Amino acid sequence: MKSLEDLKRIREQAQAQIRLRTQEANTKIIVGMGTCGIAAGARETLMAILDELAKRNIQDVVVTQTGCVGLCEYEPLVNVVKPGQPKITYMKVTPERARQIIASHIVNDQVINEWVLSTEEGV
Amino acid sequence: MAIVRANVLICAGSACVSSRAYEFKESLLKALEEAGIREEVNVVDTGCVGTCDLGPVAIVYPDGVFYVRLKPEDAKTIVNEHLLKGRIVNRLLYQQAMTKEVFPSLSEIDFVAKQKRIVLRNMGIINPESIEEYIAREGYQALAKALTMDPEEVIDTVKRSGLRGRGGAGFPTGLKWELTRKAKGNPKYVICNGDEGDPGAFMDRSILEGDPHSVIEGMMIAGYAVGASKGFFYVRAEYPLAIKRLEIALEQARNYGLIGENILGTGFSFDIELRRGSGAFVCGEETALIASIEGRRGEPRPRPPYPANKGLWDKPTVINNVETLANIAPIILNGAEWFSSIGTEKSKGTKVFALAGKVNNTGLIEVPFGTSLREIVFEVGGGIPGGKKFKAAQTGGPSGGCIPAEYLDLPLDYESLKQIGAIVGSGGLIIMDEDTCMVDVARFFLEFTQSESCGKCPPCRVGTRKMLDILERIINGEGEEGDIERLIELGNEIKQDSLCGLGQTAPNPVLSTIRFFRDEYEAHIKEKRCPAKSCRALIAYQVIPDKCKGCGICARVCPVGAAQGKPREIHFIDKDLCIKCGDCFAKCPFGAIEKVDILLVKT
Ligand SMILES: Cc1cc2nc3c(=O)[nH]c(=O)nc-3n(C[C@H](O)[C@H](O)[C@H](O)COP(=O)(O)O)c2cc1C
Ligand code: SF4
Ligand code: SF4
Ligand code: FES
Ligand code: FES
Repeated sequence: MKSLEDLKRIREQAQAQIRLRTQEANTKIIVGMGTCGIAAGARETLMAILDELAKRNIQDVVVTQTGCVGLCEYEPLVNVVKPGQPKITYMKVTPERARQIIASHIVNDQVINEWVLSTEEGV
Repeated sequence: MAIVRANVLICAGSACVSSRAYEFKESLLKALEEAGIREEVNVVDTGCVGTCDLGPVAIVYPDGVFYVRLKPEDAKTIVNEHLLKGRIVNRLLYQQAMTKEVFPSLSEIDFVAKQKRIVLRNMGIINPESIEEYIAREGYQALAKALTMDPEEVIDTVKRSGLRGRGGAGFPTGLKWELTRKAKGNPKYVICNGDEGDPGAFMDRSILEGDPHSVIEGMMIAGYAVGASKGFFYVRAEYPLAIKRLEIALEQARNYGLIGENILGTGFSFDIELRRGSGAFVCGEETALIASIEGRRGEPRPRPPYPANKGLWDKPTVINNVETLANIAPIILNGAEWFSSIGTEKSKGTKVFALAGKVNNTGLIEVPFGTSLREIVFEVGGGIPGGKKFKAAQTGGPSGGCIPAEYLDLPLDYESLKQIGAIVGSGGLIIMDEDTCMVDVARFFLEFTQSESCGKCPPCRVGTRKMLDILERIINGEGEEGDIERLIELGNEIKQDSLCGLGQTAPNPVLSTIRFFRDEYEAHIKEKRCPAKSCRALIAYQVIPDKCKGCGICARVCPVGAAQGKPREIHFIDKDLCIKCGDCFAKCPFGAIEKVDILLVKT
């Protein structure tokens, strides 16, 4: 390291490494990962979400999972929570749907109503 | 490349390591492998989270879920439930001691929520063995910034911040730097004091283990400010993990060119060496420490001259404590005004304490100056176990004094504590409840200083011995009229006539407990009674016949056969055989054994 620029470069690279631990959670994507969710392909959905976020270099979204919510026939379920907005639950989210949800809802703030199972205020 | 979606940070501080944190890590890695998600989850070591009694502990990000008391078997559950299915494992969460409330995330628990973390800013967040992670958290940015400033400007910033030394004496750090900068002589040196000899203290160890780069960066800024190009770490040899992490950190900084010649192309050069301390308490005293680095016996010499003028090899030397240096980078980055807005009028910033004794949450805490003892004990500390009453707190270890219950609301800082005869000290904070005998507390600390006296000057060597003899007599029920006065007189003489800080402060725990708990001393001396029922020579155990169910447990646990009786009959304790271990008292399921003043049973 020879200069301030070098230090800055290393810092930017390293920040990706600790991003999950330090960032303020802005938008949250929560994937239902109960036994039936996993059977219905929730893991593939989860991986697609992560992959799509990485491809688009979206940094301020936290992806977590939740357990069974008793709505097995609609699995895989994906919740999207944006700050100050109601929680949107999408149903039967295949990897393809997941990628579209990111493109439309996360990036452009357009909820895809067709796939919405429920909307919950005040979270 | 797989995308990492979760980070598991495992505390790798000394306490957690000794409670088998690495075994947990091993089984976690294995469980991740078995579940096929090894690539998606990063497992990272981190510095002491503070809740050392609950170790091993781990934090799962991005949710920030905090798991405690982890056993290797728990790894599988965490992987299968939390990491695979997103279900938090409730039974491994932290539970608030008094309310039994369960908190999932680290930032919410009472112990952490009330703290202000400047020095401990990276604990639980970065891997102490990764310089990149330190850099990601603004690491070495303060050094870079300082190198663009005039050294005088750096000193001025530290001066205006109001930072004072965290090693015990509380001397203004900026002023110390200025004196060293202005002192004649070359080369100049920086020393980091990591000797930490107070019994029960582990603040500096945890900082070195958990965030070594923050101390290195502070030292380099000090070097630049005073015009030094060489620094020494002096760390006690009993801290192998701190030494290891520091060595790794030094090596990484060297490889990156952050230590060495022409740092960041600014022309500033600085090198750092690590020395292991012998472990004697007196070697933490600055002149003794310097003698020890020079290869001489670690004995203090009279001051002045101070190290700022005549330090290492008689050259101007800044010597600062670990925690002091860990404060430097944030001050340079965020400015003097930011730092001086925290704390009280004359005590700025925060203080790290090792919270110990009779309090529910023990461990490492950082609170702003001006926080009251009540907040520390009952909010951060979660109260006193078993619903007992708070009696006093001891600050400053063997050099300090006690704070009795009537000062629970006193805002703690250098001045307020000094006024009541205690000190902030290096940060040991021991909480005592109603069962603690204050005479015994004084004896404990004096015994420590007495055995650590280097013996160079008689007031300290002989005086502390005399005081200790008197205390031992008092505790054994052989105290005499006038003992209290003799203790005070001896104490004041030792304070005045000793050469170094060890002797000059050794009588403090005695004088301070006499000041606030004189009645306890008098009870021991005049009535041969220990009000806290703690001194063995002054108490006896006896069975309360009405409560005894004859279960025979006492007879079984008593190691000397003093607790006796026939099955299902009222038991009794043979006073002549009893060694007062208290085992029966602790084990009786019916509370049928009591501690009483020995005079009551003799007649
Ligand atoms: C007996 C004795 C032991 C000491 N032990 C330590 C110690 O372990 N660590 C420390 O930083 N300072 C210790 N000090 C204080 C040092 O002499 C010195 O004041 C301090 O390192 C200065 O750093 P600071 O201004 O950053 O606090 C001790 C002093 C005495 C008298
Ligand atoms: S005061 Fe005690 S420890 Fe200090 S020099 Fe004298 S004898 Fe040694
Ligand atoms: S343990 Fe308690 S109840 Fe049982 S025999 Fe002893 S004194 Fe009695
Ligand atoms: S060492 Fe792990 S919490 Fe302190
Ligand atoms: S022998 Fe009496 S309490 Fe242990």
